[in-house]
Amino acid sequence: MEFRYEIEGGNFSRAGHASSAVKKILKQLNVDNKVIKRVVVALYEGEVNVVAHAEKGSMMVDIDEQRIRIRIEDSGPGIPDIDLAMQAGFSTASAAVREMGFGAGMGLPNMKKNTDQMHVTSEVGKGTQVEMITWFRQ
Amino acid sequence: MKIKTIVELLQARVICGVDQLESEVKNGFASDLMSDVLTLDTDHLVLLTGLSNLQVIRTAEMADIFCIVIVRGKRVTKEMHHLAEENRIVLIETPYSMFRAISVLHDGGLNAVY
Repeated sequence: MEFRYEIEGGNFSRAGHASSAVKKILKQLNVDNKVIKRVVVALYEGEVNVVAHAEKGSMMVDIDEQRIRIRIEDSGPGIPDIDLAMQAGFSTASAAVREMGFGAGMGLPNMKKNTDQMHVTSEVGKGTQVEMITWFRQ
Repeated sequence: MKIKTIVELLQARVICGVDQLESEVKNGFASDLMSDVLTLDTDHLVLLTGLSNLQVIRTAEMADIFCIVIVRGKRVTKEMHHLAEENRIVLIETPYSMFRAISVLHDGGLNAVY
């Protein structure tokens, strides 16, 4: 099963729509609640990152019996130093993003914690791609 | 602790979820930072926050938190109310400060997450 969702940069009132839709699908598929929570927390952090930093992005979700594979891509400023961005507490978020309750530099590390495999690639001035895989049987 | 006890202790107003007031929460967590809330893997949690925006409800939805207390007399928006109702989240407003709300709930027997 494959799904695709568009993410609008800067629009915090819509942030979470895509993650919410994926949560409903996983519930319908009777995936274990603990696994659903890990997946959607990682997805939501990723979605908020796109809204907070990029102009636009998309979320591709591919689900089979064993696992969920997610690819989040955006058109945005990119990440100059991915290792630094992965460090808890490092953030380049704006004051507006912080006012929404995010931008504490916890997003990427928390995404990694909640997925079985995560791979980040980025090009400065173009955008960022995050691929995450989580297995249903933990 | 039952949600109805939380409502009584905090002299709070229930915005939605009145049918769930008999439900039990085991722990409390207080933060205005949703990124911190998303790092928790505790169940049966009540979230206390001074942040009143849609992302609080979205965060609760993703983290399976079914009871949110908005402190410092902040008001819930219509959009928050609708999204909370859709996700069966109990939404409560209290005039108490964060510090006072936490003290009262802790004295009443509610435990910290960590």
